[in-house]
Amino acid sequence: MARATSQLYLDGVSVSFDGFKALNELSLTIDPGEMRAIIGPNGAGKTTMMDVITGKTRPDTGEVFFNGTIDLTGEDEAAIAELGIGRKFQKPTVFESHTVWDNLELALKAPRGPFATLFHSITDAEAARIGALLETIRLSSKRDELAANLSHGQKQWLEIGMLLAQDPKLLLVDEPAAGMTDAETAETAELLKEIAMDHCVVVVEHDMDFVRALGVKVTVLHEGSVLAEGSLDHVSADERVVEVYLGR
Amino acid sequence: MSSFLFRALDARAGIFVALMALVIVLVPAGNLLVPESSPFHVPTYAVTLMGKYLTYALLALAVDLVWGYCGILSLGHAAFFALGGYAMGMYLMRQIGTRGVYGDPILPDFMVFLNWQELPWYWYGFDMFWFAALMVLLVPGLLAFIFGWFAFRSRVTGVYLSIITQALTYALLLAFFRNDMGFGGNNGLTDFKDILGFDIQADTTRAGLFAASGLALVLCFLICRSITRSKLGKVLVAVRDAESRTRFLGYRVEHYKLFVWTLSAMMAGIAGALYVPQVGIINPGEFAPANSIEVVIWVAVGGRGTLVGAVLGAVLVNFAKTWFTAALPEFWLFALGGPVRLRHTLPAQGHSGPYRERPIDVWQQIGLRPG
Repeated sequence: MARATSQLYLDGVSVSFDGFKALNELSLTIDPGEMRAIIGPNGAGKTTMMDVITGKTRPDTGEVFFNGTIDLTGEDEAAIAELGIGRKFQKPTVFESHTVWDNLELALKAPRGPFATLFHSITDAEAARIGALLETIRLSSKRDELAANLSHGQKQWLEIGMLLAQDPKLLLVDEPAAGMTDAETAETAELLKEIAMDHCVVVVEHDMDFVRALGVKVTVLHEGSVLAEGSLDHVSADERVVEVYLGR
Repeated sequence: MSSFLFRALDARAGIFVALMALVIVLVPAGNLLVPESSPFHVPTYAVTLMGKYLTYALLALAVDLVWGYCGILSLGHAAFFALGGYAMGMYLMRQIGTRGVYGDPILPDFMVFLNWQELPWYWYGFDMFWFAALMVLLVPGLLAFIFGWFAFRSRVTGVYLSIITQALTYALLLAFFRNDMGFGGNNGLTDFKDILGFDIQADTTRAGLFAASGLALVLCFLICRSITRSKLGKVLVAVRDAESRTRFLGYRVEHYKLFVWTLSAMMAGIAGALYVPQVGIINPGEFAPANSIEVVIWVAVGGRGTLVGAVLGAVLVNFAKTWFTAALPEFWLFALGGPVRLRHTLPAQGHSGPYRERPIDVWQQIGLRPG
């Protein structure tokens, strides 16, 4: 059965807001170690899907399983994050009045309770890990800068760094290239490919060049369910996909 | 643990603690040791007045911990202050004994007046100082814990939470006004005689209460500072700036809020307990919603999210209030409004550290002015 061997398994998930069906019998399986791109026009349900997986929104019907056995529909955001699902938002969301270093320290995998953090002192291993992450996201020179003073692209990168610091099994990345220059977009694609080598990654993106650069399996969402799935060339040859994107 | 306690002490905190130590020593000394003829003599009324400011400063500190660092704008902190005050007031009432107007050894005067035959059960134990001191912490702490448990779990935030805190203090105001509550109704608790065996009117007792207020302020300041400089403090600021992001990082935001909220309420309770013996009365007026809003103004004037600013704001605004209401009573509210407006139109300057930020518009936060 597909569920048992999957990293993430959605079956028949529906969510409606005041009668509007944001997700309509959505079924999707992500295999361990896989990188998947999710595309779709505005209102296709991409963000709602992420909300369901991360516990922000409860599905009306349907199943959501992580690692094949863990039911996510009964858990809240903090519990799901602790299980190993990290999320990057569409609009870069970093802690603006903290330094780059502190942003990463907060994200770093460590006990999350108030008393654990109250008496916590940073260890050498943690400092080394933050240092390595700063290298990866190319922000070493900005480590003491307030996150508020970073450029848009740097904030996106910092948020990706925070995601990595959590050391999740599954990364959900919402429009990582939004608002970036072409050069930054290309670099971000490289970074994500690097990350995908030892993580399972789901990327939601509008930018077709970016998706092409990732070179992974693509799922097209439309009106809350899967319209087509396959390589980018395969789905862009699909008449229904062309119609959804260009027609009407 | 030791690293936790020492984290608070850096240069900036050191200056504050040193200044406070000077005040704690010099003011009582100026009152008790310097002869009255000397220009350096500090009159007793001034000692008591400044002692009152220090308890206000402690209340402001408590508000700054939750508002400045965690973004919880409490418009009901005077409730915790007053509850701490009532707990202390009950102890002081029980100390009166047969010296009351009716001379009843057990029942306070107002109960005799209301023809009560015996002490209500919730007055038991308040003849012992240690018990009253425990209640000063537990009653506000427990109320805050229960209130916070429901509010934060249900994710009530922002203006909605502020309004509920106002409702909380208003409900307590109405309840304490009732005679059958057993807290002296409209008149509250007053006519205190002594505390821990010392005459409450004596200069030495006044000086002692002043010093105790100063020490409590320093201690709570150090605790707040250790917290805000710990990793927990960074999580609090993260919650303030981007609550849902913090959740998605795996932090249980409601636990963090509940922790500081309860701690802050207990500090407010201590402030109230030190306030009551110095002003000599506690009545339901202390629950008035306007009182809680005034505390927020002190913090806003001093600069929120700085701790020291809350203390300075409380002392400065109250000093100005004392002066204005005596010299130019009709101008006091204008004088209060002026600095608040100024503080929120000028950029914050002189703040250092990672929590530097744009000034906060109080009126916008509490929804009195559209964004």
